[in-house]
Amino acid sequence: MAEVIWGLATSHVPSIGAAMDRGRTADPTWKDLFDGYAPVRAWLAEHTPDVAIVVYNDHANGVDLDIVPTFGLGTAERYEVADEGFGRRPVPDVIGDPELSLHLLESLVDEGFDLTVFQELAVDHGFTVPLSVWAPDPGEAWPCPVIPLLVNVIQYPQPTAARCYALGQALGRAIRSYPKDVTVGILGTGGMSHQLAGARAGFINPEFDAMWMEAIEKDPVKLAALSREELIRQAGSEGIELIMWLIMRGAMNDRIAKVHSHYFVPASNTAAGVALFDNRVAAPA
Amino acid sequence: MTTEPRFELPGTPVFDGQTSRRGFRMNKLFMSLRHEAARQRFLADEAAYCAEFGLTPEQTQAILDRDWQAMIDLGGSIFYVYKLAMMDGRSMQYLGGVFTGMTEEEFVAAMRAGGRREERRDG
Repeated sequence: MAEVIWGLATSHVPSIGAAMDRGRTADPTWKDLFDGYAPVRAWLAEHTPDVAIVVYNDHANGVDLDIVPTFGLGTAERYEVADEGFGRRPVPDVIGDPELSLHLLESLVDEGFDLTVFQELAVDHGFTVPLSVWAPDPGEAWPCPVIPLLVNVIQYPQPTAARCYALGQALGRAIRSYPKDVTVGILGTGGMSHQLAGARAGFINPEFDAMWMEAIEKDPVKLAALSREELIRQAGSEGIELIMWLIMRGAMNDRIAKVHSHYFVPASNTAAGVALFDNRVAAPA
Repeated sequence: MTTEPRFELPGTPVFDGQTSRRGFRMNKLFMSLRHEAARQRFLADEAAYCAEFGLTPEQTQAILDRDWQAMIDLGGSIFYVYKLAMMDGRSMQYLGGVFTGMTEEEFVAAMRAGGRREERRDG
């Protein structure tokens, strides 16, 4: 059976990718963020999975508003890196794993999660920046094949936090029921608190973010109970992206071990968080 | 089913289904600006390009005036509106300043000071 070996939660702010692409990670305005990534990257370099799943949202690049799938899953062999308007990021295209994708799809649909199927998809910064947080120098290829799981966090009504957590739990069961013995890493992306438009633009809520960072490890059920209104009120209109962390968390064991976490303000207009969790923790004696 | 927003948060636009219906054509226009050829056609005759996409007069005027707040009010999604801002060489911090009555420098300074903590009640 397949096994989730780790979960990585991380913000996907485009300027994080731009800072890397332009060699500015040692600039005073960025250094603390990238210093915070170092222990995460070092651990992940020692724990490369056979395949990874990135839970993310598109930002008007791979899909538009003609069709707004609440949840979607990529089933392609390859995902092109999107040109968001002024040239694509200088990072490799993404190799997929259609066999695992189709297994996950069938398992999830059987459980009542009727995901939209993406047979072709260009992935934007929401997808590539988390991969860069993991693997800053991928060279010709990312560390392993990667499957996109899309979530609508842009247009209300977004899926509830509870539904995201339940989807994650079903995803965990789907992975465990895969007949091949492969290891899986899961990335939950987006957040933390931020708001881009309105008179409250620039809103940051470090108290809420700290609560979220603690509870995502130890009490995700508490987070799954938050309403959309409460999430937008407390984390900002774009901070609701944090629901994607709950899909990652749901796919992991009840008991996980934090490897490292870091919190940084601001990455552009956003509170940037990273948290890495080891899913292979011995059961308590 | 009501067509009213489910809740009101001061100073916080919620991009809901009604908003998305209102801004649908305009957001399609913004999305098209990912392509250089489309940007050239847009810049050659912005009003004609807006007409081609079927924008309302108010939406067209908002775009011609680069009235970023009006674009949001008329149904723009910030992620789509940002395509036009990028084309103009404007940053998300510049837009943040526009939305909050600050210069870009003031907005950046507020973010570097830890972000804007106080909820505004005048939105």
